[in-house]
Amino acid sequence: MGRYITKRLLQAIPTMFIISLVLFVLTQNIGDPVTTMGGRDPIRPDDYERLRTELGLDQPIYLQYVYWMIGNDWTKVDVGGKEILGTRKGILRGDFGTSLMDRVPVMELVWSRVPNTLLLMIPAQIIIILFGVSIGIYSALKQYSLMDNILTAGSFIGLSMPVFFISLILIYVFSVLFQHWGLPHLPAVGMFEPAVGKTPLQVAIHMIMPVTSIAFISIASYSRFMRSSMLNIMNQDYIRTAKAKGLEKTYVILVHALKNAALPIVTLMGMDLPLLLAGAVVTESIFGWPGMGRLFLDHLEGSDGPVVMAIVILVALAVILFQILTDLIYALLDPRIRMD
Amino acid sequence: MDLEKTFPEGSAEDLEAPPLSLSKMAWMRFRRHKMAMFGASLLLFLLLFSFAGALFFSEGYANYTNTDIRLTSPNSAHPFGTDPIGRDILARTIYGGQISVIIGLSAAFVMVFVGIFVGSISGYFGGWIDAVLMRITEAFISIPRIFLVLVMAKFFSNKVPDITIYGSTFSGSVVVIILIIGLTSWMSLARIVRAEFLSLKENEFVVAARSTGTPTWQIIFGHILPNTIAPIIVAATLGVASAIIGESYISFLGLGVQPPTATWGNMLDGAYQYIQTAPWLWIFPGGLILLTVLSINFVGDGLRDALDPRSRLI
Repeated sequence: MGRYITKRLLQAIPTMFIISLVLFVLTQNIGDPVTTMGGRDPIRPDDYERLRTELGLDQPIYLQYVYWMIGNDWTKVDVGGKEILGTRKGILRGDFGTSLMDRVPVMELVWSRVPNTLLLMIPAQIIIILFGVSIGIYSALKQYSLMDNILTAGSFIGLSMPVFFISLILIYVFSVLFQHWGLPHLPAVGMFEPAVGKTPLQVAIHMIMPVTSIAFISIASYSRFMRSSMLNIMNQDYIRTAKAKGLEKTYVILVHALKNAALPIVTLMGMDLPLLLAGAVVTESIFGWPGMGRLFLDHLEGSDGPVVMAIVILVALAVILFQILTDLIYALLDPRIRMD
Repeated sequence: MDLEKTFPEGSAEDLEAPPLSLSKMAWMRFRRHKMAMFGASLLLFLLLFSFAGALFFSEGYANYTNTDIRLTSPNSAHPFGTDPIGRDILARTIYGGQISVIIGLSAAFVMVFVGIFVGSISGYFGGWIDAVLMRITEAFISIPRIFLVLVMAKFFSNKVPDITIYGSTFSGSVVVIILIIGLTSWMSLARIVRAEFLSLKENEFVVAARSTGTPTWQIIFGHILPNTIAPIIVAATLGVASAIIGESYISFLGLGVQPPTATWGNMLDGAYQYIQTAPWLWIFPGGLILLTVLSINFVGDGLRDALDPRSRLI
């Protein structure tokens, strides 16, 4: 067990290194952040040069990468014509630098948004599992029935639906049309009504549509997966034995079958995390939700390399760790799997 | 009844049906798959809409702006309505469909090319080559695609000039989007191909080819690769669907194909501002994306069942 975890964690190091290298080269060239620093006024050429030196953007890219990785507090940097000791600690010591747009530490910015994204993703994940598993079980037990066929067709629509399209449909129906018809309608933008303030009820109401959008596209894959897993289990010998012993049908399904059929869902959750995050980027931008996805888009627009890097690196790290975690949980739950 | 006529040759051997070729058997199984046949017909109809529709409207008309008729709701002159600068949405969905389909097919081609290359080299040679290639594959899988795609789109934005092919000018961003989508989607195919190669390379026909001095590249691409064609076809088909969705995501967020070239994705960019007043701006392109992706997914599912019955998910 310990050896397995160590091996997986060691394998993750070169992976993270490749990710950081690729992303660093990309984010250094997403645009020049200094040109827009003067606000409405065009920036003066000598200010431009001074800012570039101060931010370390005039250094060769490999040196910038080294500074980003391990910091520059071991070497002299040129600030305003004076040679002083660097102040950056590098990401290996938890310092992701300073945002070029907001002039605040990147981590402060990111951590202020993480809870908002989790507020969308955790309820979405709960809904996805509840609906995905129950639809899957139902479809499997009523295989080839009318309802199964309808659910199958519905899940194909879910698999093929771009998340922005379902978001737009929801907004149009539940905000625009409901308002038009004089019915109580859902708010389309933001986290709370500024006039009312950030009360839990307000946030909950504003969460309904983004969470539904994210959940809708993922329920489909979970229910398909659950259906085939359940069908597979129901044909096993031990289920036949349980039935032959005269156990009640619901008991066989809920206790004998479900326990094994639901296991692969753990793996699916591990694979699904990137998809959820992707859904969050688009839904957050449509619903004006102040989460990580919006932060990413806004700072990508402003060519703010440090923030973009930090978000993608943290997300990739989360994906890798989550993958290892789900593999471990799966192995713990299923004694047939040995770790070596 | 004249027996001689019904069975002209008469011998028992000739009475047996000729063995069906693999492709004929696959076609038989595909034809029985109702949803796949439905998907194929729907897809054919959508392709007709995009490519035959171009016979009725010129591309100039699709890009023609007339602010006098901005945001008119669907009527007899403009069945799908007009957009905020008065362009006809029907004509734009026709030309946008062409670009979206071209992007889907080309990106899937890039994906298949890279996926086969990485997967076959990795699986055939093994050792440190495999280790390095698989770490790279893992790295690309671990970055959620949308982040990588958006960073790449921003990286290439405004760096590519327009391209003129056969008299019509394309925004250079079309090529960029194709490459971006192709280069961020090859990973799972590479893993599939690698797994197939790992088991196939131990077979006798490979040993035989090697012992007769067949060059390595010919063993890889001529002897082993044809045996992995079924999962590749399925992955390529589903890759087209995911590329069309991918393009629409990037374009929806404003980093995709640049106007005036229309795609279903970039027609949706900005439609959100008119959600109350002009729903036709997003209903038609969005609906077409959904229908196209849906029909390709149906076809992909049918192909999976038809080409490789073992992999069938009951």
